[in-house]
Amino acid sequence: MSNKIQWEFPQALEDEAIYILRETAAQFERPAILFSGGKDSITIVRLAQKAFYPGKIPFPLLHIDTGHNFPETLEFRDQLVASLGVDLVVRSVQDSINQGKVQEETGKYASRNALQTVTLLDAIEELKYDACIGGARRDEEKARAKERIFSVRDEFGQWNAKMQRPELFDMLNGKIHIGEGVRVFPISNWTELDVWNYIRREQLGIPSIYFSHEREIIERDGMYWPYSPFLNTTEDEVPFRQKVRFRTVGDMTCTAAVISDADNLEGIVSEILEAKISERGARIDDKRSEAAMEKRKQAGYF
Amino acid sequence: MEVLRITTSGSVDDGKSTLIGRLLYDTNSIPQDKLEALHAASKRKGLDFTDLSLLTDGLVAEREQGITIDVAHIYFSTPTRKYIIADTPGHVEYTRNMVTGASNAQVSLILIDARKGIVEQTYRHFFIANLLRIQHLVVCVNKMDLVDYSEERFNQIVTDFQQLLNNAAFKEQDVKFIPISSIYGENLAARSEKIGWYKGESLLEHLEQISFDHADNTHPARFPVQYVIRPRTEAHHDFRGFAGKVASGHFNVGDEVISLPSMQTSKIKTIEQFETQRPTANARESVVITLESEIDTSRGNMLAKPDSVPASLKEISAQICWMDQQKLTPGKTYLLQHGINRVKAKVQQIDHVIEVTTGRTLDDKKELGLNDIGKISLKTAQPIFADPYRVNPANGAFILVDEYSNATVAVGFVE
Repeated sequence: MSNKIQWEFPQALEDEAIYILRETAAQFERPAILFSGGKDSITIVRLAQKAFYPGKIPFPLLHIDTGHNFPETLEFRDQLVASLGVDLVVRSVQDSINQGKVQEETGKYASRNALQTVTLLDAIEELKYDACIGGARRDEEKARAKERIFSVRDEFGQWNAKMQRPELFDMLNGKIHIGEGVRVFPISNWTELDVWNYIRREQLGIPSIYFSHEREIIERDGMYWPYSPFLNTTEDEVPFRQKVRFRTVGDMTCTAAVISDADNLEGIVSEILEAKISERGARIDDKRSEAAMEKRKQAGYF
Repeated sequence: MEVLRITTSGSVDDGKSTLIGRLLYDTNSIPQDKLEALHAASKRKGLDFTDLSLLTDGLVAEREQGITIDVAHIYFSTPTRKYIIADTPGHVEYTRNMVTGASNAQVSLILIDARKGIVEQTYRHFFIANLLRIQHLVVCVNKMDLVDYSEERFNQIVTDFQQLLNNAAFKEQDVKFIPISSIYGENLAARSEKIGWYKGESLLEHLEQISFDHADNTHPARFPVQYVIRPRTEAHHDFRGFAGKVASGHFNVGDEVISLPSMQTSKIKTIEQFETQRPTANARESVVITLESEIDTSRGNMLAKPDSVPASLKEISAQICWMDQQKLTPGKTYLLQHGINRVKAKVQQIDHVIEVTTGRTLDDKKELGLNDIGKISLKTAQPIFADPYRVNPANGAFILVDEYSNATVAVGFVE
């Protein structure tokens, strides 16, 4: 049934997301958009542009730079920021390492995914953001399926799944105590397919790594890892060139590639409709345990 | 493409999570890797079948205890529709979650175990679906395989359920009964051969053809102002737009509007969605409205049409569902949030408590605790512009927020 092509974007989702962004601007003093350069945060930026037009986007973009980004993503980020005239704030995991707040992981599975939570929480505290808007979606992962649209976090950025506020109808309660914060998820109800259909409809630019390209990869645990100086490899892991694309964009050390010839948005949508692997199935960080996401969310990850 | 929102509730072990898992499975909505993870997880639990319920129970505590604690949102689509399921636990201690899940649903799906028939929780689910005036009710009589797919048993349950319908306050609900077996997928995505005596649609067939209720487009026009857009840039120097989502009804360019509470009137100059100018703004659409003349309007105010102005209420009688551990304290001041508008409100008194399983009003019970439903009287510091919930649900509900804990402690329905 799902093999039949579904091209149409459900408009109700955009109306809902714009409503949420306007509530965020109205209910908080210092909201910011968490921007990773991935398709979901690009979608959020577009929605914010539409929500406040002809006014400017009333939120800065906060990028937590792990130092392991794909260069294509950073290039895209800078172009987008310049074209929209929004403020970009960058805080880096390397600084947190240098300050001794976090320690680099070792071994062949080392990534900075867990480390970025500390940098994020420090940035929120330093910049006094009371609401951080993220592009997380409930369909991505089962702990995220339980997430609220306005998700209240304590002073340590922690998510308490058992103490969540009920969200009735479309009424959003963003009242918090000093020191607490809220994570806002305007595209909670979107699926991966909805995001792609939206990008198609709005003709949004996205980093080139989402499209098929040739790159050096290694094979590990049945997944294709992008070969980069950040990846700790063993001797028998020999890089080879292959036509791939990325379905989700995180760090170079925790995002797996898929073999693909899809070099345009139509091709990507067709591929998702037939895909056998879920989107986060290409996220190495989720594979650590069945409750990997729930644990990271409790620790303050968005 | 339309979005259909469904709420499901069920008791422990009545197969609700299995039903949802099965629906996803049969619509090819479970990717291979998730399915493999399910096989592995089922095996670890010592099961000899793939437990599809593990798909929806997202929290560690839920998987450990094999129950659903919180509302989970599940998504699937067919070529014509996108479906959002709010999956809620069925226990009495999770009534608030049921109300939460039901608040955004157009369809309420109630599961009944064919062996047990109507049980206490069925009354509770039905009461909530009826209280929230959910348009469509689908009663799935599950585990038909365990009663030999008996038509007689099914008919008995339908007859028993009719009693509930007869006593309900909201009689316009569209009700459908379907005999199913979620574990074997009978009558879920496709019609069952084993239940040949049943000539109706399978569950998915029924969901696919449910007609959308566009009634809120014909309800009185209500536009809560969320945000005032004033760019003050060279290109848009005098631009003053009112951003918001149409709660109900619709607005056309040229319509005369009245702003509440200032009671000043003007005419709609433009209706905009980003760079597009629109002739009409329909219910639930997020738009920006500009007016011909400057009138006093800001966030929390409401635009309506002069011939159908909502009542200005300072004394409110409402049914509420209490959602906080701490009991309602009569005489205490709470923040009342009606849509996006917040005012202070004092609870004057608890009129009565409703026994959800029987629908009886308990006039001598004057206490509302977690998961209780009852009727209260409130007084607000400023008027709110609400319609009775039964007339216009989109403008008739509110929440109460505790000023100290900031928690959402209740949802209310204006009488």
